[in-house]
Amino acid sequence: MKHIRTVNKPSMQRTAKTGGCGECQASCQSACKTSCTVGNQVCEKA
Amino acid sequence: MVRKKSLPFWGEALFASESNSRGHRESKMKERIHKFEQGGYFVLLDVNSGAVHVVDEMVYAMMDIFDGENDEAVIAALTGRYDAAELREALGELHELIKAGELFAPDIDVPPTFAQKGLVKSLCLMVAQDCNLRCKYCFGDGGGYGMERAVMREEVGRRAVDFLIEGSGPRRHCEIDFFGGEPLLNMKTVKAVTAYARARERETGKKFKLTLTTNGMLLNDANIAWLNENDFSLVLSLDGRKETNDAARPDVGGHGTYDRVVRNFHRCVASRKGGNFDYRGVYTYLRGTYTHNNMDFTKDVLAMHDAGFDILSVEPVVMKDSPLGFTEADLPRIAEEYDRLTEAYLARRREGRGFFFFHFNMDLSNGPCVAKRLSGCGAGHEYLAVAENGDLYPCHQFVGRARYKLGNLYDGVTNEELPQYFRESHVLNKETCRNCWARFFCSGGCHANADLFHGDIRKPYEVGCEIQKKRLECAILVQACIALDKMDRK
Repeated sequence: MKHIRTVNKPSMQRTAKTGGCGECQASCQSACKTSCTVGNQVCEKA
Repeated sequence: MVRKKSLPFWGEALFASESNSRGHRESKMKERIHKFEQGGYFVLLDVNSGAVHVVDEMVYAMMDIFDGENDEAVIAALTGRYDAAELREALGELHELIKAGELFAPDIDVPPTFAQKGLVKSLCLMVAQDCNLRCKYCFGDGGGYGMERAVMREEVGRRAVDFLIEGSGPRRHCEIDFFGGEPLLNMKTVKAVTAYARARERETGKKFKLTLTTNGMLLNDANIAWLNENDFSLVLSLDGRKETNDAARPDVGGHGTYDRVVRNFHRCVASRKGGNFDYRGVYTYLRGTYTHNNMDFTKDVLAMHDAGFDILSVEPVVMKDSPLGFTEADLPRIAEEYDRLTEAYLARRREGRGFFFFHFNMDLSNGPCVAKRLSGCGAGHEYLAVAENGDLYPCHQFVGRARYKLGNLYDGVTNEELPQYFRESHVLNKETCRNCWARFFCSGGCHANADLFHGDIRKPYEVGCEIQKKRLECAILVQACIALDKMDRK
């Protein structure tokens, strides 16, 4: 494409139906641990 | 107005209805995208698919109008400013994205798996509700959490392991985080719990991931060797520059701690070099807190990098009615600083001397599933904190907040309503989150902070939200730049 460059292959719509195994790491969001934003987690199955 | 006047009464109603419908569609479609400009880049995020597009200035302007069906309106509005043929070409590209499910992707509902009851898979053990530092921003009241200072007995820690095994059901991966106060003040229990967890791993097939958060004061060679042998991930607390750290993190006597802890951190990190620093492996993070006193925190991040550490995290303090905390008036300054940090991060990376910054490490393609994005930290239903006496709370920050006590290790979770309330307090059930573009990245923010500011875990702490959103934009831009660099090299 000339005007648009897509930088990723997103998986969210797919995982709305298939995800939820719960094997991923817990993620603290507070300002006292390595908190996150789940956005920077990875899936155990990926 | 002329057209409206010329319509018959039924036509007027129809016109109004069409107009409302168009307005509704426009606002609905606007909620499905987020766009921002930073560092000369125009970025477009498709909220419900997670697709990130770097676009030119013309497409950026078009997205103020385009709703997927109104091509002619876009052309009418922007012809004169842009070439009509170019606009039509770009509209074609936008329609391709819609067809691919990467623009205006449909809204996401709660996945069926999420309707089930949560399984506890992660525990935070407050092995020492005591501390050898007196950090100015401590939310745990210097380690005691509003209670008498005490350490966890070995027996309580072992019971916590059993509780986790029972609570996690079929889940294989479980986590135990040793926390405080300062957990190294109670190595006796840390070691006993670890030995017990490893033995129970063999019996049950569970896999325990162990982490420990320390201020580094007692991180001597013996402790480092033991933590390495036992596959601990470590979170090491440091606030950046010596002057920043020593002002915020004095010892009990009020003396600076930078020189002492950095010496220990260097030995610790060096001993782990060559190991697996992947998220899913054993990691060693240096993490700091910035306050109103160091809103120039890029200098603190870079100071830690310059001091020889390259896996870093620095986060905003959360304090109410404190000169160290933030207000809305601070937001422009903080946003400016994140721009500065982004530039510095990318510059060092391009110079071949990059570092990891926790909040910029975002996997845009293989990030967490929707269920995870909704559950967020899992506090109160998947993740619980165990106070030194065995009492259970939704997370470490809630320890000592009486109305949030869930039960104890021996009687189990006796407050059955609260875990379900926490589980259902996800972004789609919070009024201010439901339509926020960041909802699938932040998962609604920290419950403890919401409770601190509003007494309600469903009312997010607004200043935190704004900082989070700015930080997410920076993270998305960083990942987009990294992806573009790779694409251009090919």
